Amino acid sequence: MAQIAESGGGDHGKGKGKKRAKKGSTHVDMTPMVDLAFLLLTFFVLTSTFSKPKVMPLAYPAKPKVNDPIPPKANNVTTFILADDKVYYYRGEFYPKSRPGENGPTELSEANFGSGENSVRKLLASWNEYVIKNKAELDKKLDKKQIADSTYENRLNKLTVEREAVKVLIKTDDKALCKSFIDLVDELKIASIGVIAPTELSAGEKELLKAKN
Amino acid sequence: MPKIKMPKGTPSIDMTPMVDLAFLLVTFFMLTASFRTAEPVTVETPSSISDKIIPENVLMVTLDKDGRVFFNLSDPEARKEMLNEMLQKYKIGLTEEKIEEFSFMSTFGCTMQELPAYMNTEAAKRASFPTQGIPTDSTKNELLDWLSFAATAAGNTGRTAFEKAKLKGGEPKMEDFKPKFILRVDSKTLYKDAQTVIDVFRELNLNNLNFVTSAEAIPVN
Repeated sequence: MAQIAESGGGDHGKGKGKKRAKKGSTHVDMTPMVDLAFLLLTFFVLTSTFSKPKVMPLAYPAKPKVNDPIPPKANNVTTFILADDKVYYYRGEFYPKSRPGENGPTELSEANFGSGENSVRKLLASWNEYVIKNKAELDKKLDKKQIADSTYENRLNKLTVEREAVKVLIKTDDKALCKSFIDLVDELKIASIGVIAPTELSAGEKELLKAKN
Repeated sequence: MPKIKMPKGTPSIDMTPMVDLAFLLVTFFMLTASFRTAEPVTVETPSSISDKIIPENVLMVTLDKDGRVFFNLSDPEARKEMLNEMLQKYKIGLTEEKIEEFSFMSTFGCTMQELPAYMNTEAAKRASFPTQGIPTDSTKNELLDWLSFAATAAGNTGRTAFEKAKLKGGEPKMEDFKPKFILRVDSKTLYKDAQTVIDVFRELNLNNLNFVTSAEAIPVN
C-alpha cells in the first residue's frame, strides 16, 4: 500500500512504567478514498463525450407537383456528379452530343477533395469570387456592428441568388458514399454557395459517366 | 567496510497534491460530462465545418453503413403519442408498461411485426437484435408512418412547450420549438440508401433536413 501510518507503534520495548502520550501526527489512512477518487476519475474520463454533435442544414427541393410551372433557368449553374469515389463537374447547361452548344457537347472534368490543383475548393473559390468578396465586406460590416444580424442574413441570402453567384446541382450515382456527398456540401458551404440542390442524374449524364469509367 | 544503513520504517510520500488534483479532475468531469445514451447502432459521422449544435426537439433517422434504418424521437411524450398511433394503425398490442418504457428509450429500429419481440428483449441485448431496420420500400413504407405520426406529435408537444415558455415571460421564438429533422448517416453509407430516406421526408413535405456531422476546423485561406 502507498502509505500506512505505523510510526506511532514503537512504544513497547521502552517501557519504564511511565505512560506517555503518543507522539507524532495521527495519520488517517486515505488509501481507499484515493482509490475511489481515481476509479471515478477513470470512469468519467472514459464515458464522457465532450463535443455535442453538430448538424449541417441542407434544404432539399420540394417534390414537384403535377401543375407546377416549369422553373426559370438559373444563371451560372455548376453541376457536380459524385460517382464511386470520384467527383466530376461541368459548368452551365448540359449539351448532349446530338445537340451540342456553342462550345461543343458537355464534357465531364474531374476534381478532387484535396486542397491543391483541381481541388473542389480551389475551383469554387475562383468561380464564386464575386460572392466571396462581397461576403467578406458584409462580414467586416457585421464585425464593426454597422449592420444588424438580420440585415446581414438578408443580404447574404440575396447575394447568393444573384446572377453572378454560382449555383450548384449535386447528382450522385448508385455507388457514391454519403461521405463524399457531405464533403462536397461542406466545400460548397466553405465557398459560401447558397443555392444547393441535390437532384437525379439524367440519361445523358449517365452515358457520359459510363464512358468515363 | 561500513555497511550502508537502510532507512527504517515505511518511507512516506506526501500525496496530498496528487489527491487534490485527482479530486479536482473528478469534479470537473462529473460536472461537464454528458452521457452517451445506449444506441443500437454505431455510426461514424462524416465531418463538416458547420458549428450548429444539434437542437432539442428532433426527429432523427439513423442509417448505418449497411443501409439499415433506425429512428429516434427526442420528446418522451411525443414518442408515446406516436407509438400509440402506430400500434393502432398496425393493430399490434403492447402492454402499458412497455409503452412507458418505449417513451424513454432512444434510437430503435425494427419492423412493426418485430416490435413486441424487440421490446421484450433486454435493453442491453437490443443492439444485437436481428433486424433489417425500419422498412422503407414503397409497398410497406413503415418509416413514412413513423415520420408522419412523429412530426404531428412533436409539433404538438413543441407548441405546448412554446405556450409554456410564453407564460413564463420572455420572448420565445416558435422556430426554436418546432421539431427539426435530422439525418445521421455513416461515412460509408451509400448515398442511394440515404436518398430513399430523404425521399420519404420529401414525401411528407419536410424539406429542411440536417445532417449530423462531427466538427472540423474551418480552412484558413
